[in-house]
Amino acid sequence: MNAVGPIAPKPGALAEGYARRDRVLRALLPVAALALGILVWDLVVRIKAIPPYVLPGPVLVAETLAGDWVILWHALLATLATTFEGLLLALAGGIGLAVLFNQSRLLEYSLYPYAVILQVTPVVAIAPLLLIYLPQQAAVLACAWIVAFFPVLANTTLGLNSVDRNLGDLFELYGASRWQRLIHLKLPAALPYMLGGLKIAGGLSLIGAVVAEIAAGSAGAGSGLAYRIAESGYRLNIPRMFAALILLSIAGIAIYFALSLLSYLMLRRWHESAIDAES
Amino acid sequence: MSAPGTPIVVLSAVGKAFASGIEALDRLDLEVRSGEFLSLLGPSGCGKSTALRLIAGLSEPSRGAIAWTGSDKRADGSGDIGFVFQEPTLMPWATVFSNAYLPLKLAGMSKDDAAPRVNESLAGVGLADFANAFPRQLSGGMKMRVSIARALATRPKLLLMDEPFAALDEITRFKLNNDLLTVWRSLGTTVVFVTHSVFESVYLSSRIVVMTSRPGRVFTELAIDAPYPRHESFRTSADYAGYCRLASQALTGAMAAGQAR
Repeated sequence: MNAVGPIAPKPGALAEGYARRDRVLRALLPVAALALGILVWDLVVRIKAIPPYVLPGPVLVAETLAGDWVILWHALLATLATTFEGLLLALAGGIGLAVLFNQSRLLEYSLYPYAVILQVTPVVAIAPLLLIYLPQQAAVLACAWIVAFFPVLANTTLGLNSVDRNLGDLFELYGASRWQRLIHLKLPAALPYMLGGLKIAGGLSLIGAVVAEIAAGSAGAGSGLAYRIAESGYRLNIPRMFAALILLSIAGIAIYFALSLLSYLMLRRWHESAIDAES
Repeated sequence: MSAPGTPIVVLSAVGKAFASGIEALDRLDLEVRSGEFLSLLGPSGCGKSTALRLIAGLSEPSRGAIAWTGSDKRADGSGDIGFVFQEPTLMPWATVFSNAYLPLKLAGMSKDDAAPRVNESLAGVGLADFANAFPRQLSGGMKMRVSIARALATRPKLLLMDEPFAALDEITRFKLNNDLLTVWRSLGTTVVFVTHSVFESVYLSSRIVVMTSRPGRVFTELAIDAPYPRHESFRTSADYAGYCRLASQALTGAMAAGQAR
């Protein structure tokens, strides 16, 4: 190669070019992979002539999605409502408990193990019991809450304990009260951790709601998207099952991105995780 | 404020042993006098920072007594003491203004009431234009300036500084040395400055206390009688070189004494 000085682009510009190409590739590749997957799916269904009650083709699923839109849309709204209520309760419960634990060691040592037990016991196993003891809507909400609250609790606890020690000394030097220390030091320091927990909790809350709806659906009642999936399964309406599943995935992705955006907006002015390398 | 030269705080036979069994200080006798710029000079691990934390009330002595005299008696949370750590120790989520406002906010002063004093403090360290910036947007030297402005916001009678410039490059350090001297002289506050740099302690101080290491105690003290204001020309003067030689010899002696025990 005969790269003469004046002709060769500046190293910085070159790196920038590579970075841009990298970004475009990262955006395009998943889309291309998806398109390829759908194409293969369609071809397999057509060539093997698989009946729709075993595996419906993508076109049929899309048609079902459009045709059953009213039913599915209302079911989606019901599931999303449960998810958000569960998430809000998880946020309040997780942060509230973490703050209580942080203020009282006694309370933390007494209760934290049970929070862990609640977390490690599979929610699928708890759901049928909850459905016996609670009204259905409350049971579904309780399931969403149980799986979603722990990441908020664990992360907030970690955040509250991760305060810069010198800053803690500074607050002591200036005679800060317990309350001032919590409001002006511990909670702001814990915010990035809380938002990290919230991101995990969003997806988990959806899972909790779905699990409880399926458990409720097998008892013969329900209105959410997961209930529609269970119902479609009994009726061998596989295309609708697929359509509902796709909606559920999209809902999960949307929740994740919404919470990521919230986290970015709240941290972008000061936290490393939300700052561009260039700024 | 007490007359210049009278003691503000006196440490008598102060010892400090940590739970780990490490004895940081042993029978430390130290007098901080009103209006002076006192440096504690010693090798790493000689308990200089521990002494500073004891004076600040951030830690309790295991033995001995710390006595505050007259009107300078420290009331908890009164803001009579300012503290500057080795790291800038700023709240990353708060603006420069909010960081400097913190001590007054914790004392219950409203933002409006505090604003003139906070802005004056920031102006005093040359950061008047950066009140709305966030710490991450500042250089290391500027962050340290915010830390100093915060310590000065309460107009403390005593300013404690724990190797504040150790992590900065030399050019920035020299500049901050000069600015610190200007602020000290204009406010008439008393400074206790911990450092392991002979050159820095001679340039800044009116008095240097040299400490031995582990457990720390006073080895000797040295008055730096060169007049203030001191400028960069002082760094190249024969006086300065002479004091540096004396301080270096004292430090060498202190280290030998520390090893002998």
